[in-house]
Amino acid sequence: MLTGAYVARPSPLHHLPAGGKLAALAVACTGLLMVRTPAGVGVATAAVAGLYVVGRIRPAEAWAQVRPLRWFVAAILTVQLLITDVPAAISLTARIVLAVALAGLVTLTTRTTDLMAAMERALRPLRRLGVDPARVALLMSLAIRSVPVVAGIARRVRDAQRARGQERSIRAFAVPLVVGVLRHADTLGEALQARGMDD
Amino acid sequence: MTEPDHSAAARLRRRLSAADMARVAMFAALIAVLGLPGSFSLFGNAVPITLQTLGVLLAGAILGAWRGPLAVIVLLALVAAGLPLLAGGRGGLGVFAGPSVGYLIGWVVGAFVVGWIIERGGRRPGLHWVLSACLLGSALILLIGVPIQALVTGVPLATTAKLSLAFVPGDAIKSVLAAVVVKGVQRAYPEASPAVRRARQAGDSGLPVHGPR
Repeated sequence: MLTGAYVARPSPLHHLPAGGKLAALAVACTGLLMVRTPAGVGVATAAVAGLYVVGRIRPAEAWAQVRPLRWFVAAILTVQLLITDVPAAISLTARIVLAVALAGLVTLTTRTTDLMAAMERALRPLRRLGVDPARVALLMSLAIRSVPVVAGIARRVRDAQRARGQERSIRAFAVPLVVGVLRHADTLGEALQARGMDD
Repeated sequence: MTEPDHSAAARLRRRLSAADMARVAMFAALIAVLGLPGSFSLFGNAVPITLQTLGVLLAGAILGAWRGPLAVIVLLALVAAGLPLLAGGRGGLGVFAGPSVGYLIGWVVGAFVVGWIIERGGRRPGLHWVLSACLLGSALILLIGVPIQALVTGVPLATTAKLSLAFVPGDAIKSVLAAVVVKGVQRAYPEASPAVRRARQAGDSGLPVHGPR
């Protein structure tokens, strides 16, 4: 089963409602934009680190959230040091890393299903525009279930390709894959229709 | 059935049919799976190169101007909910706070534009038409992604643009690949063309009727 980065652990952050955490994240990210001095960066870093401790997140799990930024941080620091001074370069880079770390903290402490439910609730005001939140939720869970199905189709296509000795051609991989995906989708659509999804 | 109303408002109001939901969900999954083989980062730039953009172009080209971007949005919503569906197993809300968020917004717009152009190319749009649509879609992804990356990082736009030039050859190759794949898929499965599918859906109301191919 497909799982996110969520780590189940008893902590105050885990118990907060998903919607509240999302709202707090939005406010915190806006607040980070105001941080422009090295002292401010120090305070913000301490605050984020403190939140990670409150959430009982292990260092390795925290690192996994900001790890994708490592090359980027090296590049941006280099460029920034060439065009501005050291404090500006550091606070700019730190702001991005802190924003990503905070967002990662919400991901680490909130179940995927809770976040999806929060999104569903957030869509409710769009009802007037004809958006059906329950159908959006169904669409999202259909997509989650489709990932292993598509991965299975991809594996079969790759095996067939290997048997024909065409391993290197992306075209020979992608055309049967997409046709397989469409065939499965249209069968799935008929099955949903047969269960009364369009009534 | 009368002439179907294709205005944006009418589309928004019309409920997504079960058949459309299945296609949108499967294509969201397809974009995710195309990111699985792994990605590599170009040194000095934070945004990895993957086959996922190919998936975005395919979603627009095959699902059309409204379902294509919807598939991208569904994928991004799952990523926001914490699932590691972006290339290299990236996922979670952090992705949307980082420097590559502009490219993700670009995906939605790119899929829309590719679909919009291809829907206007008739039942069997020619290779040149499809290729132009895909090239324009890829260009738009960069045109939206690069300024936002500059904005997030504070690196001047000119410098960011220069660093991003490294993407251009790869994106051009992916656009050509997308066009060739779209043509191949349309040959093998006529309903892969948005225009053919629309004509068929307007013509039948449930019972499968074999439309002109």
